[in-house]
Amino acid sequence: MQHHRQSAIARAIRGVLLTLVGLFFLFPIFWVVLMSFQTNADILRTPPSLFFTPTLDNYVALITGQLDTAVGSLKISYMRNLWNSLVLSSASVALSLLLGIPAAYAFARYRFRLGENIAFTLLSFRFAPPLLVLLPLLLYFQDLGLYDTYIGLVWVYQLITLPLILWIVRGYFEDISPDIEHAYRVDGHGWLATFLKIAVPLARPGIAAAALLAFIFAWNNFVFALILGSSDVQPVTVGALAFITASGIQYGQIAAGLVLSMLPTLVLALLAQRYLVEGLSLGAVKG
Amino acid sequence: MAFLEIRNLTRRFKGKAVLEDLSLSVERGETVAVFGPSGSGKTVLLRLIAGVDRPDGGEIRLDGVDLTEQPPDRRDIGMAFQNFALYPHMSAYANIASPLRAKGASEDEIRAQVREVAALLRIDHVLTHAPRELSNGQKQRTALARALVQRPGVLLLDDPLRNVDAKLRYEMRIELPRVLARFQTTVLYVTQDYREAMALGQRVGVLEGGSFRQIGPPETVYAEPATVDVARLFGDPTIILFRRRIESDGNGAWTEFLGARIPVGAAADAGAACLVGIRPEHVQVAPAPIPDAVAVVLDAVTPLNVRTLLLLKDRDGEEIVATCPEEDAARFPRGHRDVWARIDPSRALVFDDRTGLRLPSGRI
Repeated sequence: MQHHRQSAIARAIRGVLLTLVGLFFLFPIFWVVLMSFQTNADILRTPPSLFFTPTLDNYVALITGQLDTAVGSLKISYMRNLWNSLVLSSASVALSLLLGIPAAYAFARYRFRLGENIAFTLLSFRFAPPLLVLLPLLLYFQDLGLYDTYIGLVWVYQLITLPLILWIVRGYFEDISPDIEHAYRVDGHGWLATFLKIAVPLARPGIAAAALLAFIFAWNNFVFALILGSSDVQPVTVGALAFITASGIQYGQIAAGLVLSMLPTLVLALLAQRYLVEGLSLGAVKG
Repeated sequence: MAFLEIRNLTRRFKGKAVLEDLSLSVERGETVAVFGPSGSGKTVLLRLIAGVDRPDGGEIRLDGVDLTEQPPDRRDIGMAFQNFALYPHMSAYANIASPLRAKGASEDEIRAQVREVAALLRIDHVLTHAPRELSNGQKQRTALARALVQRPGVLLLDDPLRNVDAKLRYEMRIELPRVLARFQTTVLYVTQDYREAMALGQRVGVLEGGSFRQIGPPETVYAEPATVDVARLFGDPTIILFRRRIESDGNGAWTEFLGARIPVGAAADAGAACLVGIRPEHVQVAPAPIPDAVAVVLDAVTPLNVRTLLLLKDRDGEEIVATCPEEDAARFPRGHRDVWARIDPSRALVFDDRTGLRLPSGRI
């Protein structure tokens, strides 16, 4: 009886704690969503209030590209930025999958000279500060004509997406019993067929998780596009800067822009939630 | 030249030889059981033959063709892995069809052959199942069907009955020879169980310490083991061994055990240490005196399933293990008592104590 009461108390405490944690992490998102339906005047009112007349003006401004402020109207290209984000993130992940999956397989299955060193060097891209390479890259990109192009940015984005995919997928390949692949070879299939028909399908959950994570990381990147492109190719993360205007900061539009930019990753994450958690924990254990 | 010819095969891992100078010839259609304790390199041998591992030396020839440098997909070999190694994302049907698909067979042909082998192995009712939906026995049969379906030149079976339960193991031990005979294929059968090796192999190769200690028909390996180590690997309870000395007189060399004189062939030196081995079923025990028997003390009676195990002590206190058929066991009520025991000297084996080699038996 005593035990039962204690566990009931423990349950209650756990519920309260979970609610607190949830509030802590979800409140900013909740507040941003609220702000996106408010005018700048409502947002800046002190004290802030939960009661206001919702407006869709912020979204209309973003979608039409026409931002009306107190001092006049301003052209913004937020929808273009959103499109750029989609193009850059998808293309980067696609290229990384194309390069990273065979590389991950090689690292998982074969021991070769300097193999571990190469794998580690690729991983080290994840913890080297981007600013370290940005300035030289800018100069080279201008010389090579890659400045302000999708191709140039997708290339640089490989620093973010490739190591992630390589290391997570490698762990998944290592988990597949080599005997399964051996059996397929003995059946009479070549190594390429074995890779495509056995290894890749069996590592699919890992590939999905890694691709999703890489997509999110690419989507959230700010600094590469800020330096290496103009507004023609810049993603939403950089595009949001346009709302800091001469006549003040357009909090409403920024909030609406954030909500829009959150949606694709949110949808993706919800769709692949199971894979995501699996991939994250595996990456942590296998590293 | 034999159908499958392995010469001086060597494989090292981190400088340590797992197989060393191993040679084996297998005739077409023959079943050879490769038997040895765990870690003796049985699986490594199969992997080298299948081509999923590369030897550090030696060569493998199949029907006169050197396979040593060939990749696994060009070897005409079927292999059933100990852990089954089924493709988890394919149905049992697709698993079995895999070797035929690799050969580019037509769908009609594939369907006919998969059905045939599945019917033979009695898994035709589970062909649409994924491997995770199969019982262990069905998994093992599916793996076997996949190895058999393309009628390979050589079939490698890596302890296929290891991971199935006892009942199924007995069933398969009876069924396998029938299936293998039907396919008339050459088989290398790896096992850790001497009974399985003796039941399934036309010849048994005893692998220990990286090479074959003895290769021969099961009866020969059992009755005339080449070394004391080979003798020890067969039988349950295993052979009993006693240290003795070689004696010599005008009638030749001999040694003694349980009152019986065991002649030893000419090569033996008088005074040299030797080991006398006798299998427990060859110790005859009686409750009353019988000719040539020695009085011993019966210490314990342990019924096993078919034979009963008797623990004896001779007057020097040496422990002797004997077995007798279950129905004879009624003559030995449990408890400490005096009984009589004798051996047939012609059944006794004598080994050199130093080298472990069996000494030739002398004339009785």
